[in-house]
Amino acid sequence: MADTKIVAPKEGPATQFWNWLTETQVWTSVFRHDRPNTDRNRVLVMLSNVFLHLHPVRIRKSGVKLRYTWCMGGLTFFLFLSLTLTGLLLMFYYRPTLEYAYTDIVGLREHVPLGIMREMHRWGAHAMVITVWLHMFRVFMTGSYKPPREFNWSVGVIMLVLTLLLSFTGYLLPWDQLAIWAITVGSNMARATPFLGHEGPGAQLLRLGDVPLIHAADDARFALLGGTFVGEGALLRFYVLHCVGLPLVIAVLMAVHFWRVRKDGGISGPM
Amino acid sequence: MGFLKGLANSIADPRLFFLLAVGALLLAVWKRETVASNGVGYGLLGFLGLFFLFGTFDANFRLIVTKPDNVPIVGLIFLLLFFVWYSIREGVLNDRRIAAGNGPIEKAESDRVWVWPDLVYTELISLILCSVVLIVWSIFLKAPLEQPANPANTPNPSKAPWYFLGLQEMLVYFDPWLAGVVLPSLIIVGLICIPYIDKNPKGNGYYTFVERKAEITIFLFGFAVLWASLIVLGTFLRGPNWNFFGPFEFWDIHKLAALTNVDLSEYIWVRGLRTGLPQQWYIREIFGILLVLFYVFALPVILAKGLFKTYYEKLGAPRYYVATFLFLMMMSLPMKMLARWIFNLKYIVHISEFFFNI
Repeated sequence: MADTKIVAPKEGPATQFWNWLTETQVWTSVFRHDRPNTDRNRVLVMLSNVFLHLHPVRIRKSGVKLRYTWCMGGLTFFLFLSLTLTGLLLMFYYRPTLEYAYTDIVGLREHVPLGIMREMHRWGAHAMVITVWLHMFRVFMTGSYKPPREFNWSVGVIMLVLTLLLSFTGYLLPWDQLAIWAITVGSNMARATPFLGHEGPGAQLLRLGDVPLIHAADDARFALLGGTFVGEGALLRFYVLHCVGLPLVIAVLMAVHFWRVRKDGGISGPM
Repeated sequence: MGFLKGLANSIADPRLFFLLAVGALLLAVWKRETVASNGVGYGLLGFLGLFFLFGTFDANFRLIVTKPDNVPIVGLIFLLLFFVWYSIREGVLNDRRIAAGNGPIEKAESDRVWVWPDLVYTELISLILCSVVLIVWSIFLKAPLEQPANPANTPNPSKAPWYFLGLQEMLVYFDPWLAGVVLPSLIIVGLICIPYIDKNPKGNGYYTFVERKAEITIFLFGFAVLWASLIVLGTFLRGPNWNFFGPFEFWDIHKLAALTNVDLSEYIWVRGLRTGLPQQWYIREIFGILLVLFYVFALPVILAKGLFKTYYEKLGAPRYYVATFLFLMMMSLPMKMLARWIFNLKYIVHISEFFFNI
């Protein structure tokens, strides 16, 4: 036995470096497990990483197939993250006032060489609406809303509405002709809300003697726009909702949605 | 060339466009075994691609299709066609497996794989591809920026953001309180209700058509025909004054469209009974009111005893009445469209005294 020599296979410099790196004190303090090349470590990598632990450790084979999922839910989430990032950067350069809103957008276009943040934000937003629809379409066509996932479908429908509202509120912010008239057309609908819009059926019935309770300056549209037309009040309102209010709500609902995917038995599949 | 353009313009007329969309859906569902073949799917996509390629040589077509905010909707048309076809195909393939006693493909794939590396790498690759697409798209297509906002200068046409153009198209047939408030709310409520109405335990977690015929056909009708095709119509085919323009037609602001729409009350009192319209609204509109009450309250009961008897027995009264109400509300749009096209019907109930028009 004394003569036997164990010869380790020759490893390339990259592998040697990788092996050295993953054994340093810094690395092992960040990742509390060995490289994920054994079953045990594949479990540990999922359980010990706060981002990865949204996932289960193992998943149905059909659940990783594009054939089945179309990846639309994942793309929606990724687009949301990308919109958060590009939106944050845009907020540095944009002031939501009648005086500056339009010129700030012009500035972004004219003064930033090769700038594509606004493009990425706008096209990402359009793409997100489409991926949300296709995700819901896939969920419907695979019957994945059926028990036990009924509630998560409902949460998803609310997020669909929030996605549309996020896109709608963002549409106003460039403050060009396209923006205010699209929002004017859209918000004019609120005038006709039954009972709560001043041109809606039943609104005339809500009156104290001769004093109408619902008129142009206090109806549903006024609440939406902060005014009787799309002006300064609407711009600020839409800005705050777009950048703070709606993202907060949808982030909470996303947490609920992902949590429930796990709690309702992971990705859907035949019983 | 001119003939083809003229043909495309006449096919795009809302009446023909809508009826063809309904026909295409019914055909796709009925002949799904044929539709499921790759030849049909890629053939349709190729045909659509050729149509757009052909169209780009036309100035009017190019103008409307390359408007920056319309580009995603061109993408949507292709994606939607592909995914509707693809989901039907997957359903057909699974139905064949089930009929042969093999169970759906998802059943065969129900053993577990490791999330690391199988899923996380798939996610990483999707993320990179998505970023690349987004960045390339952003480099080549500038975000639109028009003249500064001017409340005194109304563009013609004024259009809502593209995802609401189906609702704006509904304004042709319904007043804002229905098209803009009540029906959208019912869409949201209806979507939320789907899992609580649908008691069919089959088809949970895999593609199928045979096991869920009615659900899938109704959903495809609502999503692909009503929602999506009305968006396409509202985006590409509605020009100044919300008049219809074919894809190869110049948006002439002076185009005249005959407005000869007639209320139901006028049809009955003036043209039918040959008297004037009564003074009081409740007498004038009594027929319309009765018709609406019948549609909302009596028709579900009658259907429960007749055409929908099996559904009534399967679902039970509460689920049945909610489902039928939502279904009838959805069908009110195509019915109003048909009434408009055939009879030039304007309002079924027209009580302008209370802004209450149906």
